[in-house]
Amino acid sequence: MSEAKTLIEVQHLKKYFKVPSGMNHAVDDVSFTINRGETLGVVGESGCGKSTLGRTLIHLQEPTDGKIFLDGEDVTNISGEKLKMVREKEQIIFQDPYSSLNPRIKIESAVMEPLKCSHRFKDKNQMKEEAGKLMELVGIDERLRQSYPHELDGGRRQRVCIARALALNPDFIVCDEPVSALDVSIQAAVLNLLMDLQDQRGLSYMFVTHDLSVVRHISDHICVMYLGQMVEKCETKELFANHLHPYTKALLSAIPSTNVHAPIKRIQLKGEITSPINPKPGCRFAARCPYATEACHQPQELIEISKNHFVSCCRVREIN
Amino acid sequence: MSSENKNIKRQPEWIALCRRVVKSGGAKLGAIIFAIILLFCIFGPLFSSYGPNDIDLMSMYGGPTLKHPFGTDALGRDMMARLMYGGRYSILLGIMASFCSAFIGIVLGSIAGYFGGHTETIIMRIMDIWSSLPGMLLCILVSAVMGSGFLSTVLALTVGSIPGGTRMIRGQVLQERSKEYVEAAEAFNCPKYSIMFRHLLPNCIQPMIVMATMSIGSVMIQAASLSYIGLGVQPPTPEWGAMLADGRSYIRTYPHLLLVPGLAIAATVLAINLLGDGLRSALDPKLRD
Repeated sequence: MSEAKTLIEVQHLKKYFKVPSGMNHAVDDVSFTINRGETLGVVGESGCGKSTLGRTLIHLQEPTDGKIFLDGEDVTNISGEKLKMVREKEQIIFQDPYSSLNPRIKIESAVMEPLKCSHRFKDKNQMKEEAGKLMELVGIDERLRQSYPHELDGGRRQRVCIARALALNPDFIVCDEPVSALDVSIQAAVLNLLMDLQDQRGLSYMFVTHDLSVVRHISDHICVMYLGQMVEKCETKELFANHLHPYTKALLSAIPSTNVHAPIKRIQLKGEITSPINPKPGCRFAARCPYATEACHQPQELIEISKNHFVSCCRVREIN
Repeated sequence: MSSENKNIKRQPEWIALCRRVVKSGGAKLGAIIFAIILLFCIFGPLFSSYGPNDIDLMSMYGGPTLKHPFGTDALGRDMMARLMYGGRYSILLGIMASFCSAFIGIVLGSIAGYFGGHTETIIMRIMDIWSSLPGMLLCILVSAVMGSGFLSTVLALTVGSIPGGTRMIRGQVLQERSKEYVEAAEAFNCPKYSIMFRHLLPNCIQPMIVMATMSIGSVMIQAASLSYIGLGVQPPTPEWGAMLADGRSYIRTYPHLLLVPGLAIAATVLAINLLGDGLRSALDPKLRD
């Protein structure tokens, strides 16, 4: 893993939201790197800050604290022309292809719009041609180009969203649960499309999902989040073979097994999810963790257990 | 699935909309009445042998006759001619004022809804104060300051209905802007004005169209009231409200002086309201077939 290959580096990123009852720590001290051409899967339950992390990363929201580097350059608090340039390198694909396309704009215009806004093409026909190429790339038939989004099915719409995200030739795409709103058969097609595009264009993805089988299929690295904090981070194979954090264990035990003779013993979590509003210091999972002790209420650090395998649990060596 | 798409010849959206509007009986009736009134006001004068201000002192207060189907007024002017010319002013006043206020409401509401924060607070608090003043009082105030005349009357009538439109558009924008296509547009550097007016507005404007159409009627009534108290269009210009005002002293003796413009106003407002109602059901996605 050489330095030059690193595309995105995030250091101690924090994103807090002000809510009437205090501060919602949506993302709290998260650090990771994503290499060029690789995929980082981010998993965790609903409301753990996965999507906020993605949106913060591509400058749709300003981080409260921490730093984001793109190609080694600090892009944390940028504005104006600089922000525009950086945004062209980072795009997003949303979960719901029904609300991520404007219902009143034909899909051809939707794909052309980023091109128009970037002013890369002077000529309208050139733009049309480029949009045509993009739609061909993602597998949208020519006859559908003048359709409105509601005339397409979910998979096709998601393909349009992908074409739109690719229009500016980005280096990095945040996929915010791109397949969770689709049928399983279409999920596979869209995932394969995303992986093909990654091979062809050397894209890096941050793949936000709660679907563990999807993340296993597509990611090189996985980071597991719980209530805004990163609890475990390692390579995909390593995570599925040798998961160490109690939360990851519980999460992975929830994957249904196809082997009826050797059912996985599910780890049932008890208790309520801690509120992310003004949380106490220490491990946020402690309230539900079967191994919790006094030490867990002290601030936790990411410990490198083996090479590139980080776990945020003070008892990790004892319990494994 | 959608393979027939290419072969289907697309109907322009507005033609389809017009079809849906006149589908309901009420809206059809409204459209017919409104069309008749419009034709009457636009082309009627071509066939009339009297000007709106031709005084004929020999035939004052005349009842309906063949020569003067709607009678004559206190100066012997032909009521039908005055009605036709007056309709031009009244209807144009109503349309212009309600669309001016809709336009201002759209701009202010979009800005408030999209930008939020202090911008929103400032705009909306101003609207709160604005709407706490009675609309008619504002009208009177503006026309007293601006003087009378067609354009200042339009302005006076516009002023009163701005807050309602602004609020409505802001509410719609707030609802719409949380959708992901707005974020996607932000992610590819879509300029803010383009997000506001190209992306958000078309998805927010439908209730505003209905509201503006419905308000034509009430604005016309307001215009008539302004003229009635002598602040609107000035005599001898024939405006329906002004005609009412002229006739008020003869309400017992020559009621046709009030009935003719009064019924004209009532019919027009009714027609516009029926049309607006049809437009509302045509634009409501839940009521579509």
